[in-house]
Amino acid sequence: MNFEFSEEQLMIQQAARDYAQRELIKDVIERDTHAIYPTEHVKALSELGFMGMLVDPEYDGGGMDTVSYVLAMEEISKVDSSVSVIMSVNNSLVCYGIEKFGTEAQKEKFLKPLARGEKIGAFLLSEPEAGSDATSQRTTAEDKGDYYLLNGTKNWITNGNTAGTYLVIAQTHPEKGHKGINVLIVDRHSPGISVGPHEDKMGMRSSDTHSVMFNDVKVPKENRIGEDGFGFKFAMKTLEGGRIGIAAQALGIASGAFERAVKYSKERKAFGTEIANHQSVAFKLADMAVKIENARNLCLKAAWLKDQGKPYGYASAMAKYYAAEIAMEVTTEAVQIHGGYGYVKEYHVERLMREAKLTQIYEGTSEIQQIVISRQVLSEF
Amino acid sequence: MNILVCISNVPDTTTRIKYSADMKSVDYSGVQWIINPWDELALTRAIELKEAHPALVQKITVITAGGADAEPTLRKALACGADDAIRVDAPGGDSLFTATQLAHAVKGEPFDVILCGIESSDYNGSAVGGMLAELLDYNSVSAVSSLNLEGNSVKVTREIDGGKQSIETSAPVVLIVQKGIAINPRIPSMRGIMTARTKPLKVVAAAAASPGSKVVGYQAPPQKSACKMIDPENIDELVHLLHTEARVI
Amino acid sequence: MSVLVYIENRNGKFKKSTYEIVSYGKRLANGLGSSLTLLSIGRVAEDELKNLGAYGAGKILSAETDAPLDDKAYASLIASAAQNSGATLVVMAHNVTGKALAPRVAVRLNAGLVSAVNGLPVSYQPFVVSKKAFSGKSLMQAEITSDIKVITLSQNTAGIETFAGEALIEKIDTSSMTSGTKVVSTEVQTGKILLSEADVVVSGGRGMRSADNWKPLEELAGVLGAATACSRPVSDEGWRPHHEHVGQTGKVVAPNLYFALGISGAIQHLAGISSSKVIVAVNKDPEAPIFSAADYGIVGDLQTVLPKMTEAFRKLKASS
Repeated sequence: MNFEFSEEQLMIQQAARDYAQRELIKDVIERDTHAIYPTEHVKALSELGFMGMLVDPEYDGGGMDTVSYVLAMEEISKVDSSVSVIMSVNNSLVCYGIEKFGTEAQKEKFLKPLARGEKIGAFLLSEPEAGSDATSQRTTAEDKGDYYLLNGTKNWITNGNTAGTYLVIAQTHPEKGHKGINVLIVDRHSPGISVGPHEDKMGMRSSDTHSVMFNDVKVPKENRIGEDGFGFKFAMKTLEGGRIGIAAQALGIASGAFERAVKYSKERKAFGTEIANHQSVAFKLADMAVKIENARNLCLKAAWLKDQGKPYGYASAMAKYYAAEIAMEVTTEAVQIHGGYGYVKEYHVERLMREAKLTQIYEGTSEIQQIVISRQVLSEF
Repeated sequence: MNILVCISNVPDTTTRIKYSADMKSVDYSGVQWIINPWDELALTRAIELKEAHPALVQKITVITAGGADAEPTLRKALACGADDAIRVDAPGGDSLFTATQLAHAVKGEPFDVILCGIESSDYNGSAVGGMLAELLDYNSVSAVSSLNLEGNSVKVTREIDGGKQSIETSAPVVLIVQKGIAINPRIPSMRGIMTARTKPLKVVAAAAASPGSKVVGYQAPPQKSACKMIDPENIDELVHLLHTEARVI
Repeated sequence: MSVLVYIENRNGKFKKSTYEIVSYGKRLANGLGSSLTLLSIGRVAEDELKNLGAYGAGKILSAETDAPLDDKAYASLIASAAQNSGATLVVMAHNVTGKALAPRVAVRLNAGLVSAVNGLPVSYQPFVVSKKAFSGKSLMQAEITSDIKVITLSQNTAGIETFAGEALIEKIDTSSMTSGTKVVSTEVQTGKILLSEADVVVSGGRGMRSADNWKPLEELAGVLGAATACSRPVSDEGWRPHHEHVGQTGKVVAPNLYFALGISGAIQHLAGISSSKVIVAVNKDPEAPIFSAADYGIVGDLQTVLPKMTEAFRKLKASS
């Protein structure tokens, strides 16, 4: 056992913290209020290498491990999860999926610009009538010989409009059920693609969420990842890793709110003393600290397993489930500690609370994680 | 042209200072170490110049005097874009001791421009840069807030008593830099962090040197008395208090 | 044995800080049982030099030259003067010039240097001085162990005392001075009170909301004869020039009165103002940390408070 971070991991954590605390913090409230996409920040973080930090340097990535990724995601999410979700989708879904399962030609053509952050990726799985249930895809990719013809609608797509590269999950052989599903790399600007209006969300308001419609979109055969029918497995495998990113995001939301609550409780006075000296507040802080430490350990364990090449699906489900749940609890308490100030935008914690809610919902709801965890538990014991 | 940037390893500026029980030394346990903020700006400017004039600036070297625990700070500087690093194995000591160590390590090395931050955020000495210049018998310019290179000419703006001055000097020179020399300190990129793994970090043995001063002890600064709150509707009271109680107006 | 104080003039005139450091030098000389020698570099009229007699000046070495500040040349001149006058203690102001020259002088004299000393030494034998460390978060006492000692004095920490006496002026030769720097242009701030030497500083933070809102702040500064300053976010945003930034990495100021308007009071800002005698804070957030550093505080909106303050101070100034 070793709970020490390497010097390099600490350097990445510091770099992410510096960027978040110096730059992201500046207009985060403004971006959230007016749902402004963080164009400049995505560009700057790309230049620093955060958008493709997990990708092998051979494909222009940062070559960093998943532990470093968790540390970076936590720091960015302490300030702005609209930015960290872009980072998470690009790194752990799109880049990972192509790097792990794509052909050399696909990596050369699609992965490199994504790893450099020149293009941003989107992962198109959810549908209006199939959110968590990935087996029932209505979007179809009809086999037309040397190309697929894509038709259907995808919902809740992060980076839906800004992405340059889509990974689209679609049904080719309905008769085969989930074994007929394929995953295609699609150029966002292909003819026949239309993007719905920007979703006006409760939280993570400046990330770019849209529905995407495909109307007879031709996709070359060589853009299919893996064998015919590999799509469902691809989605499941990729989401296993994606959960680590979202778990780390939830962790960052919780620890960001916690840090603010601690600071505030040492400044704010009530009944003649700083409120941190009141047991009702101090005990809340203790509980928050324990939950955050637990969530962090779960995230790091899942990341470590992934880095070791060991199975991590069970661990990442636990991390995602737990971190999202405690993010909701911790941010709610942070607002409570701030009292009236917590309910106004200027103090940041209300935004973190709104952001926390989404981590319980997307990339597999808490209930889906419970299914994953319980199935494993029941099969083992 | 070769640039040397002198780096001091200091506690993070938000650190609460703790002392040993006898108040004779600072308790550094649990402290997070950073590159001294002014040195970080100096390094940033050096990197900007190398990027802007790749043909002119061949190499950026960073140097510190300190124990092995200062190496992460040097490696961060390498990750930010320095090419190689020197650690003089000489922890502790006053500014004269440190400057002597640095001078010993770089004497005879072909550094054209040596950059030092105007002070360190720990002992606030403002001394090492000037001392190093004198020990190397280099020209020096202090309180430098902008730096440009044109051929062999070094163009700087420095603060002087009552204003600022644009001056030209030539290499070799020690520039003691302050706020303005660079705006945002460099954040290391993934690529930088990766390449820092293979950049050379040389350890040089300490030279014989004696300090000219020593720390006797520390005190916490005196506590401020409580802030007197004044009603915003009654500004005259503020004026009255500043005039008659504080007597500063 | 003597104490040598380097004195700086601006356009041939001395400032308040010169009187402080001269009278400080005199007190040091008395403490050490030695005499005080001053060194002036530049062109200063005899009357101006003679005036320093009232602050304890004995012998004044006047090095008349038009050479602009060159670290090496000036330091060499100061070190020679120290050697020729048998100085065991060399004193300079802890300002941009002192910071540039003192370290070089120290090396030339093989002397220990402690910079930014607060007031008179804690003891003369051994020679122990007090100074701030960790950007004002700590006070440190340091002993200079070398035979010859160099210190720089933090401005506004020793005060000015007057003495009965007359200054004796002795010109020294500057013909051998050379310079390794060429001055291209000099931009002297005129009409404005300099931040580094202002008795009153009016400083604005992010709470000022935008660059356009600085007019009322400047008006208050005008009424008070104050210099204007700002916090780091303000200079980062480009609302105000960088040379107005007060704080850890900006300027450290020590005025008699500091107004922190819309400044929350981050620890880095406090590092730059902790030597101020009196701090007045105005902030709309009653929890802002600036209030724990301030002597007088107002919780309120700057848009209404600031003009009222200007009016109230204008009334006071008119009546006195």
